[in-house]
Amino acid sequence: MRTAIRFLRKGQVVELDRFEPTTTLLEYLRLSEHATGTKEGCGEGDCGACTIALGRLRDGKLVYEPVNSCILLLGQIDGCELVTVEDLEGPDGLHPVQQALVDLHGSQCGFCTPGFVMNLFTLYHTNTPGLTRQDVNTWIAGNLCRCTGYRPIVDAALEACRNGLNDAFADRAAETESKLAALQDGQDVRVGDGEHFFFAPSSFQSLLETYGEHPDATLVSGSTDVGLWVTKHLRDLPKVIYLGRVNGLSTCYEDEQGIRLGAGASYAVAEQFLTAIDPDLEVVISRIGSKQVRASGTVGGNIANGSPIGDMPPMLIALGAEIELQSNRGRRALPLESFFIDYGKQDIAENEVLTSISVPRIGEGQQFRAYKISKRFDQDISAVMAAFCLTVTDGVIEAARMAFGGMAGIPKRASGAEAALRGASLADPNSWQDALNAIESDFIPMSDMRASSSYRRDVARGLLEKALLEISEASSHQTRVHGQRELAAGGAHVN
Amino acid sequence: MSTDLLVKTKSRASQSQAVGKSYKHDSALKHVAGKATYIDDMIEPRGTLHVAPGYAPGATCGRITKIDLSAVRAAPGVVAVLEAADIPGVNDCSPAMGDDPVLVADKIVFHGQLVFLVVAETRLRARKAVKLAEIEVEAEAPLVSVADALKANQTVLPDYEFRRGTPEQTMERSAQQVKSSFALGGQEHFYLEGQVAFAFPGEDGDMTVYSSTQHPTEVQHTVAKVLSLDEAAVTIEVRRMGGAFGGKESQANQWAALAALAANATGRPCKCRLDRDDDMILTGKRHDFLVDVAAGCDASGKIEAVEISLNSRCGHSADLSLGINDRAMFHADNSYFYPEVRIGSKRLKTNTVSNTAFRGFGGPQGMFAAERLMDAIAIKMGQDPLDVRKANFYREGQNTTPYGQSVDEHDVLAKLVDQLEESSEYRARRKAVDAFNAKSTILKKGIALTPVKFGISFTLTHLNQAGALVHLYRDGSVHLNHGGTEMGQGLYQKVAQIAATEMGVSLEKVKITATNTSKVANTSPTAASSGTDLNGMAAAIACREIVGRLKTFVAQHFEVSEEDVELVDDQMLINGKPKLSIKQLAQLAYEHRIHLSSSGFYKTPKIIWDRERVKGRPFLYFAYGASCSEVVIDTLTGEMKVERVDVLHDVGKSLNPALDIGQIEGGFVQGMGWLTTEELWFDDAGRLRTHAPSTYKIPTASDVPEEFNVSLYESEGNPEPTIYRSKAVGEPPLMLPISVFCAINDAIASLNKGVLPKLDAPATPEAILKAVKAIKAGEEG
Repeated sequence: MRTAIRFLRKGQVVELDRFEPTTTLLEYLRLSEHATGTKEGCGEGDCGACTIALGRLRDGKLVYEPVNSCILLLGQIDGCELVTVEDLEGPDGLHPVQQALVDLHGSQCGFCTPGFVMNLFTLYHTNTPGLTRQDVNTWIAGNLCRCTGYRPIVDAALEACRNGLNDAFADRAAETESKLAALQDGQDVRVGDGEHFFFAPSSFQSLLETYGEHPDATLVSGSTDVGLWVTKHLRDLPKVIYLGRVNGLSTCYEDEQGIRLGAGASYAVAEQFLTAIDPDLEVVISRIGSKQVRASGTVGGNIANGSPIGDMPPMLIALGAEIELQSNRGRRALPLESFFIDYGKQDIAENEVLTSISVPRIGEGQQFRAYKISKRFDQDISAVMAAFCLTVTDGVIEAARMAFGGMAGIPKRASGAEAALRGASLADPNSWQDALNAIESDFIPMSDMRASSSYRRDVARGLLEKALLEISEASSHQTRVHGQRELAAGGAHVN
Repeated sequence: MSTDLLVKTKSRASQSQAVGKSYKHDSALKHVAGKATYIDDMIEPRGTLHVAPGYAPGATCGRITKIDLSAVRAAPGVVAVLEAADIPGVNDCSPAMGDDPVLVADKIVFHGQLVFLVVAETRLRARKAVKLAEIEVEAEAPLVSVADALKANQTVLPDYEFRRGTPEQTMERSAQQVKSSFALGGQEHFYLEGQVAFAFPGEDGDMTVYSSTQHPTEVQHTVAKVLSLDEAAVTIEVRRMGGAFGGKESQANQWAALAALAANATGRPCKCRLDRDDDMILTGKRHDFLVDVAAGCDASGKIEAVEISLNSRCGHSADLSLGINDRAMFHADNSYFYPEVRIGSKRLKTNTVSNTAFRGFGGPQGMFAAERLMDAIAIKMGQDPLDVRKANFYREGQNTTPYGQSVDEHDVLAKLVDQLEESSEYRARRKAVDAFNAKSTILKKGIALTPVKFGISFTLTHLNQAGALVHLYRDGSVHLNHGGTEMGQGLYQKVAQIAATEMGVSLEKVKITATNTSKVANTSPTAASSGTDLNGMAAAIACREIVGRLKTFVAQHFEVSEEDVELVDDQMLINGKPKLSIKQLAQLAYEHRIHLSSSGFYKTPKIIWDRERVKGRPFLYFAYGASCSEVVIDTLTGEMKVERVDVLHDVGKSLNPALDIGQIEGGFVQGMGWLTTEELWFDDAGRLRTHAPSTYKIPTASDVPEEFNVSLYESEGNPEPTIYRSKAVGEPPLMLPISVFCAINDAIASLNKGVLPKLDAPATPEAILKAVKAIKAGEEG
């Protein structure tokens, strides 16, 4: 058992053994280190001004990911390299992304700039040839700028990344890798005392043991949700158990049945597996949160927090995913859809931990479509999220699974429409009508700041119609203003 | 000194003259390295305390029946809790009308109105303590929307009207009548740096406040008033803001007042930095409007008479609503001649936070009404909207605005629009859009080209003044200070370029310094796009004064004529030959007891406005621009994508093309957000529910069109004697993306020819789908 967290900072190992369980990384930087280059714009992970880069080992290789430091708990950076905007300038001058932003007039008020610099630093380190404007747009979707209109920032990103990887961080990557490897000691980490602690177990066993002893502890995975309990709701969370170091909890793999995602896998890791299922998964996942949110947030967390507006559950339900829960009493599996009982109520017992999600492949004759409807294209919570999986034989719909987010207090299947669609013919739009009408009686959605009840119902119906049009014949170029399937399936990818 | 002297290019201008060049933003290197210091980045002196504002989270409106702060006072880390009774001076932070209490004790009139403040050892402890307050309110039904206030007939200021002729009667006789009523949403500023102030108590009760404000002088007045101090005892400084956009013009006052109250009460430095959610709940926004437009036209679509009613939500107090609503009226003509016209304005009082300045200051809302009218006419008459627009442009003999000022540069507008029509290939793309729509069932495209004409000058005439302070030191370096504030727009750099040019020194020799009320006093807000026009000219005047003294000295000392002396490229030239470096000259002049400092003062000429009689010339000139946008919409979901935008904009002779392009592009995207994704949503109880970026959606990078062509109009220069014949650029571009909205409208209109879409702004997917459903049902907008 270690009683201090350790991380790499400017080449040195920093050890911290005294901090509040809910101290955020941004608080540490600005108030303890007095490193004020990193800014607070919103305190909820939605503006990106606080973006820093975390270096981590992935399969032994150093990977830099952008993270919103305002909602990341300090303890979560154990074992990482922490890079902030102050660290990029070297003896030879500015970093290429900084220089490009200067040369191309990428800053005006400058307050968002450190966050952009750090996010672009991580893009730069992907060393991806042939970046497009769209690639950059997706990468920086979590960074808001209110002054420039983004054009010069995107230009700067393209300019900086044009000439390949050539910076001090790349030069010393091998050294950093060995330093990071040396920090992976496989030990449990506990900072604090028995009633007031940040605990980062390294094994299932110690996770289940400690959670068994402290059922009142808060489980934290990516902290993209819990972070807001701290910064916005000002909640006291005296006992924090962080899942990110549990050996095996983040493991994802593919087998004959489909894919299995460890509940602790971040979107950044899980998306490579999920997007292989269908191009629409890639389109939608690229719009869930932002690069920063996907680098921290986990698929498991998106399920376990029981949100009625998470984007992943409807897609997973349409695909027929199962989840596994474990506690010190044993393990059990259940279909994802039955996990969600009612608003704020899930089928999870005291001390139980969500451990994995199994997603079957799309079968022969099956067609999948998913749509995310929100006010803004990127980084917005859906007004309606819809996913459809239809089984079609000789042009006749044999079975349909349709799941919606934003239409009820939980992610929910449209059972009436599913039944009404059985036996309908793809070639005959008249045979769709019962299902289209049924969808309107399947749900009584609420009105809120994202959409009115009537809009949600109109859209749910419209999306089923769109899915049927696409599955019957139409190219998504005829049916979508953005997020073309064809592009996702054939385009270049930056991971 | 005649102002025209200042705009003359020097006879032997240097190759290295700083104006007109695309220098970087003065702080660009610091921005990218995280070294630019914002107020929250300042090193905190020992003993610094933190302020958090307290309000009744559940209440919107009603008499306060109980305030129990005992748990707040007992909370860990709390040093002081202050209420209205603890204010030593006047309990008001309004810009003029005296109707914005800093803290209330008896009655709450909007959700978020402050009741107390907590001063604590850390910001977190202050914020946590605030939550322990017990405040009870006898709830009354609030007036929330424009419609609520119209029904109750509650206003914060009297109605106002421009009128020419009898449009009501003329309209009836016109060959064609059109009308439309629509809602136009407000907008949150979403400056990335939230409101912040840091107050330092001094001896004798003096107070120095570092405030993120566009109007240091007004913050100075507010702090003095609230603490009952002489204005001379209060100093305000601001080096830079992390964005402002009008949101820190009058509404930075309150946070500075809180910090100063806390510092005064505790004797320790106190910082007040709002949490983002509090910032969005507690500060005002762009006014939202309900608008009615009506017009009568002849058979060709030429307007004969217009009636426009502008009804705005001002919130609970007047704030800057007088000027904002006046400016809406001043722009309800945009670029069009209305032979007979009535433009009416109602300034409605609601139980919501007081709405305030926002880039454009009412102008965008007025201009939007004019463009809506053009679309209504075009759709009704089956004409191309661009043809209707051009047919109604101001022209010779038809160039008097509804408020009596003549539009002298109407040829610039016509030329600019013609050029954009060609460069954007508007006509060919109009055909392509029609062809696409004929074939496509789910997706529909639309295109629109709209102009901008924006009046430059504060309409409150006395604000059109500025001061500067310039020192030449003995090493040849120049200290530059003026009343303008830097919020990202590049003002400091533009004025430095002007100073360098006037002083004949390189830009590196000019030291930009923070705006400070003790260096330049009685300043106007940096607002109304006027920053460079006013402060640039004041700085030039100050520099000219010093250069004049130096030339006189050199002429005497070297026994030459003043005309033979020139300061250029850090050198003093006599008859074109280098004689002394600026350093040698400064030293020599000092030794001969030449005064090397000067203030400069400028007031805008020609303008005069008699508001009572609706007469005069409120604006020195107009800035022009135009944009062409093409969009595609999804008729099943209401989703929309902007596919291409072309912009041509008139900045006169540009002082810095890169900074000007930055203002144009940034203004465009911000205005596009206003009209598309940015929606303020109040619940029935009058509480704003979109008070964080998770729920309030400003544009991200992917909302910017892939094809975004922005050019500066090749101007012969501002015909008015502005600084180097430039034109203001801060606000006008915000109105360019009205073309995006009109293009969406165009796409919807293709579904049922001849019917005006019932489309409100912002055109969210929901608003678009609603309009699609309505037009399919044949309902007029």
